[in-house]
Amino acid sequence: MTTTSGVTPPRESAADRFFRTAELDTRMLAMVIAVIVIWVVFDLMTGGIFLTARNLFNLAVQTSVVGIMATGMVLVIVARHIDLSVGSVLGFTGMVIAFLQVEVFAINTAWGWPLAILAGVAVGAIVGAWQGAWVAYGGVPAFVVTLGGLLMFRGATWLVTQGRTVAPLDPNYQLLGGGIDGSIGATWSWILGLLAIALMVWWSLAARRKRARYGFTVKPIWIEVALLIVLAAAIVGFVSVMNSYNKPRTEIPRGIPVPVLILIATVLVMTFVTRATKFGRYVFAMGGNPEAAELSGINVKRTTVMIFVVMGILAAVAAVVQTARLNAGTNSLGNLAELSVIAAAVIGGTSLAGGVGTIVGAILGAVIMQSLDNGMVLMSVSSAMRQVIIGLVLIGAVGLDVYYNRRRR
Amino acid sequence: MSDKPLVEMRNIYKRFGGVHACEDVSIDLMAGEVVGLLGHNGAGKSTLMKMLSGAYPADGGEIYVDGERAHIATPRDAQDLGIETIYQTLALADNLDAPANMFLGREIMTPFGTLNDDAMERDARQVIARLNPNFTNITDPVRTMSGGQRQSVAIARAILFNARILIMDEPTAALGPHETAMVADLIKQLKAEGIGIFLISHDLHDVFDLSDRVCVMKNGGVVATRRTSEVTQDDVLGMIIMGKLPEENRGETAPT
Repeated sequence: MTTTSGVTPPRESAADRFFRTAELDTRMLAMVIAVIVIWVVFDLMTGGIFLTARNLFNLAVQTSVVGIMATGMVLVIVARHIDLSVGSVLGFTGMVIAFLQVEVFAINTAWGWPLAILAGVAVGAIVGAWQGAWVAYGGVPAFVVTLGGLLMFRGATWLVTQGRTVAPLDPNYQLLGGGIDGSIGATWSWILGLLAIALMVWWSLAARRKRARYGFTVKPIWIEVALLIVLAAAIVGFVSVMNSYNKPRTEIPRGIPVPVLILIATVLVMTFVTRATKFGRYVFAMGGNPEAAELSGINVKRTTVMIFVVMGILAAVAAVVQTARLNAGTNSLGNLAELSVIAAAVIGGTSLAGGVGTIVGAILGAVIMQSLDNGMVLMSVSSAMRQVIIGLVLIGAVGLDVYYNRRRR
Repeated sequence: MSDKPLVEMRNIYKRFGGVHACEDVSIDLMAGEVVGLLGHNGAGKSTLMKMLSGAYPADGGEIYVDGERAHIATPRDAQDLGIETIYQTLALADNLDAPANMFLGREIMTPFGTLNDDAMERDARQVIARLNPNFTNITDPVRTMSGGQRQSVAIARAILFNARILIMDEPTAALGPHETAMVADLIKQLKAEGIGIFLISHDLHDVFDLSDRVCVMKNGGVVATRRTSEVTQDDVLGMIIMGKLPEENRGETAPT
């Protein structure tokens, strides 16, 4: 074959070839390395405070709220939209949940707070549908719709109680925020960790078998095993760190905090949605080429509304964690959260040009953002200076990404 | 072969603002026939075909498929009638791989309601192997593929679902000579299977080589439709450039 219109593959370095056969995402790997570097540097600069069980536990809980919403922001940005309203929607739904459970339903009942959560999630979904309909059917750019939403729902947050703070909340509800009792203890943490490892091994074996049955190439077994060992080690490490932080003045280990479990569940669900459902595939197709998506017969408008509904629901889930953690519904709930959420998604590799992004990447982005903030607090950097630095990091991260992409072409 | 046309478009109108993209256009296509559409850029060929593929609704006129009135408002309507299109722009989502693009909107699902990527990859490989046996990296994002490979993906998508009517808008524009020949063979093969094909092309040689009839458009209207065997390339050029029928042309230049 001579003139098959230049299908000669570009020359590959040994490293590229390794990553290709391992099906490893170099970008994801770079982010993991970035997290490790940030952690080690902060640990050295804080004299060993950063990498203590206590701080890592707090870091995990702090990451949850932003992480939960960032998984939805990935979908929004991949589809070439943006959602500036998530902080305000968090505030509004959080206030609704707090108000309902304390002032409308009977507090300290078994049904009051779950019902309040359901109502809050429904409100989040409706808010999302409303904004999505403006974008999809009204043709108003998402930037404008959600900028309006940012103002509207911040105002609506105030209107729920005329600005009054709602506190305290139901003690059982508070567990969702990961307070003193808001963790699942050592035994359950180990059970969950081992279950996760077992599932992971089973999953990758099943995937290999399935590919082999179709006669496709599979990764070399040693790479698969090595990856599984690394991931299993990460899970064991995580569980043992969470278990080595004790409740105050006791020897009782806390274990995995509930908000982190909610985050993990969200990540699993959203990864499933992006990888294994038609909806997820359509979101990526729309981001890659909106015209092609339309010509393929995809209902682009309905899919757009669905994206914002998912984002609204996730903002409500984040609101549960945030209010439970604060043990209050306040006016300032979720203030400026939209910026952290968008930054987490973008640092995590979601391209603002659309079509590219991963859920796990966004979580790593959230961890990076939160680690920087947490580390600088430990170093007693002023809040003003922290903002300056995090802003710079955001620009730098995206700048690096642009540079990297340009070089790759 | 029945003598009822597979597709008939009657008195089609389309306006974009004040521009008449198609004015009173009528065209038909028989099973197993290739009709070449010729004309300058902006003559209305692609617009006409986009109304058949459901990309634009027509402002006026009627479309018949198998002699029955068809209402094509969306791409899905056209797909349901067995009309598949290879767009000039290819209409591929660059960030997805070839199987995802080929099955976009018509995914194979597992019994659990999830995407069956392996089954889609298997079917995609079969179709692509028929077009281009050297093209095996189909699970890379389309963005990283060569022009010829991208074109192969677009063509493979069109023939994957057993189309009865195929619209090919400049199918060989991005191809080298080898692949162009392959597409020509494919067209002949599909034609033999009884598929009707509308072929839009700028390449007169291609059109003369492959089509049974040629339809020349100019300024949104049809100049004429002729059997390819009954006209010369010069006749057709005269129709494209001056909008003159071969008869008039001959009449004028006929020696006294």
